[in-house]
Amino acid sequence: MIAESMYQELILEHYKHPQGRGLREPYDAEVHHVNPTCGDEITLRVKVESGKVADVSYEGQGCSISQAAASVLHELAAGSTVVDSLAVVDEFTRLMQGRGTVQADEEVLGDAVAFAGVAKFPARVKCALLAWMAYKDAVVRSS
Amino acid sequence: MDGLDVERIRKDFPVLSRELPGGRPLIYLDSGNSSQKPVQVIEAMRDHLSMHYSNVGRAHHALGAESTEAYENARDKIAAFIGAPSRDEVIFTKNASEAINLVAYAFGNPLNTDERFRLGPGDEIVITEMEHHSNIVPWQFAAQRSGATLRWFGVTDEGRLDLSNLDELVNERTKVVAFAHQSNVLGTVNSISPILARARQVGALVLLDSSQAVPHKPVDVAELGVDFIAFTGHKMVGPSGIGVLWGKAELLDAMPPFLGGGEMIEAVWMDRSTFAPAPHKFEAGTPPIVEAIGLGVAVDYLTDVGMPAIKEWEHQLTGYALQALSEISGLRVIGPRSVVSRGGTVSFTLKTPGGFDIHPHDVGQILDDVFGIAVRVGHHCARPLHLRFGIPATTRASLYLYNTTDEIDALVRGLHHVQKVFG
Repeated sequence: MIAESMYQELILEHYKHPQGRGLREPYDAEVHHVNPTCGDEITLRVKVESGKVADVSYEGQGCSISQAAASVLHELAAGSTVVDSLAVVDEFTRLMQGRGTVQADEEVLGDAVAFAGVAKFPARVKCALLAWMAYKDAVVRSS
Repeated sequence: MDGLDVERIRKDFPVLSRELPGGRPLIYLDSGNSSQKPVQVIEAMRDHLSMHYSNVGRAHHALGAESTEAYENARDKIAAFIGAPSRDEVIFTKNASEAINLVAYAFGNPLNTDERFRLGPGDEIVITEMEHHSNIVPWQFAAQRSGATLRWFGVTDEGRLDLSNLDELVNERTKVVAFAHQSNVLGTVNSISPILARARQVGALVLLDSSQAVPHKPVDVAELGVDFIAFTGHKMVGPSGIGVLWGKAELLDAMPPFLGGGEMIEAVWMDRSTFAPAPHKFEAGTPPIVEAIGLGVAVDYLTDVGMPAIKEWEHQLTGYALQALSEISGLRVIGPRSVVSRGGTVSFTLKTPGGFDIHPHDVGQILDDVFGIAVRVGHHCARPLHLRFGIPATTRASLYLYNTTDEIDALVRGLHHVQKVFG
């Protein structure tokens, strides 16, 4: 019954009702990331205005984990500052790569803490990280 | 159901009685990916490694003789299993991919003066849209090397080869036609005779990728009438690391060696070499000795159970599975929905009753972690076929001689549960 704990209600909710989905104008950078082992992919755009993330828009296909992670990322990053959002990315990455032994900082992660169970499934960690790595890449390119 | 004592067979496969963590029983529905191994194969390989192992062909001592005899004996068994007119037509490779690469490499090869293998601009290679990547990429390479054109048969909505343009597609420019004996995704058993007849008319050679056929039904190469077949050991209760290319002797004689190295030569000078006759011409280096011996025993095992009985059992299981899966609303089988000209590979997509697509990776994850059901998810090394159907991936259950209707029932229960999680 371990997988059930991975499919948290919050993850399924974001999967079925993705937040901020769709590619929007204007944007400063657009990236396309794929996970070749499973074919999941995402195209992601960021718009930054004087240190603030004005918008994160995306389009992608893949499993519930990869798609829900993109939706949660949108919620956390859009409207935040670049610096704060990158701190969340770092904490999320630390959680995902912790093989289930890392205690997540809920203060920093907010809803993204629901992905803690995914860290126990090495094959699925890349799914959760796909959008977040794309976001980090896009932010770097936007500056 | 009768004809095959599945409970007795299951006892031969130790892994089928193991428990997965959390006390889950194992329900193995992934034999199209790789099959499990009976104790007979495991013991024979252990025995050879323990008591008889040495190199083959070149070790002139007692163990060398025993090892060589066992290795060559495996070749005899495989030749008999597929009805090869000569044992020298059976070439051991690493897998089916290597076997197909070996044949593709002979085309347009400047070392090859035989007209039938000449390949250049204006010539054509024909494959199909339902191929495994192993029967696509080697031919892409051959086309790129030679300037020849790669063409392919399409696939119908039902998952059959579209032969409506056969006479145009296979024409005087065609040098080789390579296609799957049975699809590893759709389960479709392809009709060989019309393609073969047309290939003969235009003088093209024919290769069958029989990786999904040889494990599941009687295959007789003389009866098939094609020029080459490729298959692999690990899908037919044998070990991984051993595959087979069968080819007509006179074609193998006309082909250049593939890999250069030990054992494939007749004589070597510093500036040139002459080569051993087939099969050794194509078996450079120390071969997978114990794996070949294991495959020989796998063939004994399948023969003892009886290939006609295996085919019949899988036919019944497939009918049962198609019926049971068709009762799940939101499940769409990708491939023929009837058992006619069809094997026990069933791929599908799944929606919730509310019409929401459930990604195959999520389906596979829950089936595995909650029920111990092993299926394959993804594009199954047949990406172009999935693109053809406009889907990124499918869930695939593939059946073999040791599977039961109870396991199919468990799959159905598992899929209902998956729908509940995502509903």
